[in-house]
Amino acid sequence: MGSDFFEFSVNFIKLHVILLSMIALVPLLVWAERRISALMQNRLGPNRWGPLGLTQIIADLFKPLFKEDFYKKEKVFLYYLAPLLAVVPPAIVFGSLPFSAPFTVPAFEWLGFELGPYTFHFQAFHLNVAVIFALGFSSLASYSMLVAGWSSESKYPLLGALRAAAQNISYELALSLSLVGVILLFNSFDFLEIIQKQDKALNFEIFGSGFEFSFLPNWGIFYQPLGALIFFVALIAECNRIPFDLPEAEAELVAGYHTEYGGIKLILFYIGEYAHMMVSSALMVIFYFGGFSFYPFTHDVLLEFFGGELRVSLFLFGVFLMKFFLFLFIFMWIRWSLPRFRYDQLMDLGWKTLLPWALFNTLLTGFLIYL
Amino acid sequence: MLPIFILIISSSLLCLLLIGISFFFAPKVQNSSTKTGAYECGIQAHEKANRPISVKFFLTAILFILFDIEIVFLYPFALAYREILELKQAVGILTGMGIFLLLFIYGLWWEIKSKALNWK
Repeated sequence: MGSDFFEFSVNFIKLHVILLSMIALVPLLVWAERRISALMQNRLGPNRWGPLGLTQIIADLFKPLFKEDFYKKEKVFLYYLAPLLAVVPPAIVFGSLPFSAPFTVPAFEWLGFELGPYTFHFQAFHLNVAVIFALGFSSLASYSMLVAGWSSESKYPLLGALRAAAQNISYELALSLSLVGVILLFNSFDFLEIIQKQDKALNFEIFGSGFEFSFLPNWGIFYQPLGALIFFVALIAECNRIPFDLPEAEAELVAGYHTEYGGIKLILFYIGEYAHMMVSSALMVIFYFGGFSFYPFTHDVLLEFFGGELRVSLFLFGVFLMKFFLFLFIFMWIRWSLPRFRYDQLMDLGWKTLLPWALFNTLLTGFLIYL
Repeated sequence: MLPIFILIISSSLLCLLLIGISFFFAPKVQNSSTKTGAYECGIQAHEKANRPISVKFFLTAILFILFDIEIVFLYPFALAYREILELKQAVGILTGMGIFLLLFIYGLWWEIKSKALNWK
């Protein structure tokens, strides 16, 4: 985490800033979702309190803290553990995402200490097996649903939890299999390396002759359109959002696995769900839309223009945020445009459509690379 | 590994802090069976929650484990694919992988054909 105290403390503070900004983004996203849904349904949405109803989110945050704290007597420990399990896994995956290019700070003197050159990453921690790490940890979120449904001692949460678990594991197959194409393509498990390989002109070699298109970036979406589609559909299903929100279909199951939760514990479930959504859109950007790359202005060009690695990193951070929020908007757009599936249709889509097509995509990618 | 542990501990502490605040500031629950009991739409719940569930969920979980293990084997192969292509033994390795993938496809086809995945 750091070779000396200065680097350690910078990384320590950075880690907590990333964690807290993830939590702080959730009320903002809830607000954005309300405004966007109002816009799509031709109504006003929250607009009374503060500019654009923005201060509403503060009230929403503090109200549940003072709600009655009821619990189930039989399984108290599991009942309190479930909201915690909903927040922690997406928070950890969020920490491994690269928000911008790393930058180096040259050696300097501070209070009489010689402090060596440092490389700081725009992420809580840098892993070279980040793809597997992110997939593994984000799938842990289904435990929170199972634990919540099981500890609630009630019929509706139990049914919701079972549905959620079966849905999550079914779509996880398509999710992980569609990523094999990306790994075949970029030959790396490291997010930063995957992004670096996308930060140039579209070029590939087929039948022994090379092609280059300088007007297109080397993004995964141009090689893997099918894989990107499958990945995105599976991500929406993993987040349990409409059209795949069968676990909490309110007409059948009241509120699904969190029927018996209220107050701040329910808010923790919401934080988990929105954090999962943020992680999903960030993964989509990283794998298929170049991460923080801003083609045709590659990292070297920007370095010449801005004249400092820190400034380039901050600029690329803005680029990443733009793509990131675009995908969050698409998530909300889909939620407010589509109706819900029936459960057997959902399972059919996952096992009989997405999985074979993901397999076909993998084989095709492998074959084209072989040519 | 250290930052991951710190992140796990900090995020858990944050959740516990929020739950703790609400535990201390929220009004206490009166001991009534309607509040601590199981939720039902306006009537008394007359059935326990731990009744038998559809075996379909269990079957899905087992099929998931089989397929997930097969997909996990594909990951390291995908990472080394370009290097394998340049090796001398490439043909042998690719044949092995081809047999593995054929088994994978046959398994999926068999599953669909035997109606193990039908939810109706």
